[in-house]
Amino acid sequence: MTNKQPVFTKDIPNKQLTVVRDFDAPVDLVWQAWTQSDILDQWWGPKPWKAETKTMDFRVGGRWLYAMVSPTGERHWSRVDYKAIEPQVSISSDCTFSDEEGNPSTNHASNSWLQQFRPTAHGTTVTVVLTFSREADLEAMITMGFQQGFTMGLSNLDEYLSRQGKPSIPLAVI
Amino acid sequence: MRRDVFQAIADPTRRAILTLLALQAMTPNAIAEHFDSSRQAISKHIQILAECKLVKQEQTGREIYYHFNPQKMKEVDVWIEQLRAAWESRFTQLDDVLKNLKNKKP
Repeated sequence: MTNKQPVFTKDIPNKQLTVVRDFDAPVDLVWQAWTQSDILDQWWGPKPWKAETKTMDFRVGGRWLYAMVSPTGERHWSRVDYKAIEPQVSISSDCTFSDEEGNPSTNHASNSWLQQFRPTAHGTTVTVVLTFSREADLEAMITMGFQQGFTMGLSNLDEYLSRQGKPSIPLAVI
Repeated sequence: MRRDVFQAIADPTRRAILTLLALQAMTPNAIAEHFDSSRQAISKHIQILAECKLVKQEQTGREIYYHFNPQKMKEVDVWIEQLRAAWESRFTQLDDVLKNLKNKKP
């Protein structure tokens, strides 16, 4: 059986967050879904956000420039720079907020991603390791999320946050 | 120099200080007694924790007491909870996308 429950491991001293999830599909399909912009746009935006690719050049040194589009049409741009690619095995990249032209935001946190794809008896296991950079400032990210008015429509969390008067994080960076 | 919460809790001594303060508020001297490091070194650690608001100081009479600020730690958890929710939403959508791709495959 495929375990659809993602497993999250946080390693705060090392500023790392690991997500592991199984999928009921062979590696070649899962790989396509992570590396082709028309497919990424169908799922990359966590509800109610939609990802919208402006440009994607999937190769080492290439870049993916996309926007997270809110239900009201607000756009928050991010760029992903591909550092290393091993077809159907792994992708490592850097992600940062940017403007529409891909110019990185200077005062915002960036982080790096490592995605690994492993065939299993029933499909594929994907491991995502998020490493937050030295300059990454949790407080700044939280504050920025607040200013930009991000919400995720998660009733429990929204309720919690409204009680705390605390902001949501900007989704574009994750 | 600006410090973030991650940097503050990356250090084992600072984590130990937080653990002590989570049990009760303490003066800098009382905190330092729990460690072999110099008072000056401990005071530097406390300062870093205070800078990023993981601890708060309160004056009681002539003494300064440091309190643990759980709110700041909660922010770390809330933020991770949001990441988790975002990824779960993504993965559910990816399941559907993969199902469609599989069906299209000859």
